[in-house]
Amino acid sequence: MSVRRRWTFALAAGAVVALLLPCLGVPTFYVSLLTQTWIIAIAAMSLDLLIGFTGLVNFSQAALFGVGAYAVAIAATRFHVVGFLPGLGLGITAAVVTAALFGLVALRAEGPGFIIITIALNQIMWGLAYQWVSVSGGDNGITGIVRPHIGPLDVSGNTGYYYVCLVMFALAFALLMTIVRSPFGLVLKGVRETPRRMRALGYNVWLYRYFALMISAAFAGTAGVLFAWYNQFVGPVNLSLDQSTQFLIIVILGGIGTIFGQFFGALVVVFLSNELSAVTQRWMLVLGLIYFVIVMYAPGGLVVLVPRLWARLRGRPVVLAADVPLEDR
Amino acid sequence: MQFYVQNALGGLAYGSLLFLIASGLTLIFGLMRIINLAQTAFYLLGAYVGLALVAHGLNFWVASVAAGIVTMALGLAVYSAFLHRYHADPLTSLLLTLGFALILDDVILATWGGDPHSIAAPPFLAQSLQVGGVIFPAYWLAVIAISTTIAVVLFVAMHRTMLGVMIRAAVDDEEMARGVGVDVNRSFYIVFAAGALVAGIGGLLGGPITSAYPGLDGELTPLAFAVVIVGGMGSLTGAFVGSLLIGLVNAFGKAMFPELSYFTIFVPVALIMAFRPQGLFGRKL
Repeated sequence: MSVRRRWTFALAAGAVVALLLPCLGVPTFYVSLLTQTWIIAIAAMSLDLLIGFTGLVNFSQAALFGVGAYAVAIAATRFHVVGFLPGLGLGITAAVVTAALFGLVALRAEGPGFIIITIALNQIMWGLAYQWVSVSGGDNGITGIVRPHIGPLDVSGNTGYYYVCLVMFALAFALLMTIVRSPFGLVLKGVRETPRRMRALGYNVWLYRYFALMISAAFAGTAGVLFAWYNQFVGPVNLSLDQSTQFLIIVILGGIGTIFGQFFGALVVVFLSNELSAVTQRWMLVLGLIYFVIVMYAPGGLVVLVPRLWARLRGRPVVLAADVPLEDR
Repeated sequence: MQFYVQNALGGLAYGSLLFLIASGLTLIFGLMRIINLAQTAFYLLGAYVGLALVAHGLNFWVASVAAGIVTMALGLAVYSAFLHRYHADPLTSLLLTLGFALILDDVILATWGGDPHSIAAPPFLAQSLQVGGVIFPAYWLAVIAISTTIAVVLFVAMHRTMLGVMIRAAVDDEEMARGVGVDVNRSFYIVFAAGALVAGIGGLLGGPITSAYPGLDGELTPLAFAVVIVGGMGSLTGAFVGSLLIGLVNAFGKAMFPELSYFTIFVPVALIMAFRPQGLFGRKL
């Protein structure tokens, strides 16, 4: 089988499994965790578009995600906007507008400077959610967000909502793959590799980064909206720096610049953090240790780690092309 | 008038606390390209350790220095065990410091619990002063004075000593500094230690103003980062001026728009990025 056909086959098999899962008697709890995985994976893919394809390590991705979530939460609880499309549209718009604003400020810097500014921007949004009690509910957040109907379909149940998120993930995945393979995506890659050369070739590097940021925000906002409906609660924790870092850890774990890897990264992180918080009160500590381990021992992510472990099991040493430090990728 | 003087004093006091955090942040970044997200956690640790020492009968000032030394020891341990290998790799070192901050936060939570601890100022500074209708705690002035002293000491160390010359040489051109025989690794250790020490001392010192509670470090992070952006990444003078500026903006923001006070910090950050992206005292990006 050619590589391409093998991929198509794997993708189709994965889709069938994903579609059948809720019907196979999998416990509701795990269906719910998988739903969360689809949502978080969308956010992680949106971040991968920035890190892996544009070279922007954005620490304010949680702010974009959270703004989408808050927008739909406020619209639903205050203004009774409960439709699927209006909610989604509102969340995406809010996230894109925020990104447009952030981009004007943060894209004045590059590299580590960009990181520092996006950390500050993310925390400013967090502070806003935390303190603007009359709008955001402060630390108590917003509760009572009702999952919408899609036309005549009631998808507010666990299984129904699972399929909504699965379809949205598939859409986001297809769109993002199309974007990174389009001429636009190739320019982004060029911008990541050698911004100076791209500038010399006449590309407006700043504008490409700005567009990439807003496109990424649209997906992050989508994930935020889905998460607000999923959790039926939004709080400052959803746009905290910890949330941004979680997305980043997923991207590193899934493999920077892979897009498809983000699903596996999200799967590991979502299940791990849920299991951890059930087993121990000290799961923040364990999470911190896990960060250490991932960053130091698996900087290439699962796409590198798994084949290498597999090869070692079979007693064959391998050197993978993807096996390079974070900084050079 | 009273309103302005009162908030200006409060803002300067808060700003001088910010300097104790941001000075380390900016120097560590300037020299090693490490974005140290554990810097505010160092501050928090200093506050709790200092509090424990005071509870054991130690003098307030001695306790704050001792807490600073404990924090410094911990910072050095983490730096030499993990971070040292990843200088000049901002993303990896950033994630390591964040993982460390998570661990430290959780240890603090497990040791001292989730309730806020208020910290009393030393008795002779506990009273309020009244000058022309403006009432303010005497302790505010003490904090401003101490921070300014620390700033002067750091400034002199950086600009008037051989060690400072070497550090600044390493900031400007690490390879060249190594080439002419500067022990750059040693200056890495010294700068990281100094950053942790100053933040750790700041913890108890700032206690009477900020008190100590889990999550305080997260609340200080945007302010400290705003200082570094406004002042210019890597600049000590910038950190000092930026701290006072952000302290003032924060104080007036809190007084005038209590619900939006964090958002008011966005204004100086956005203005700096628009007109002077390298920061007030930073070098060209």
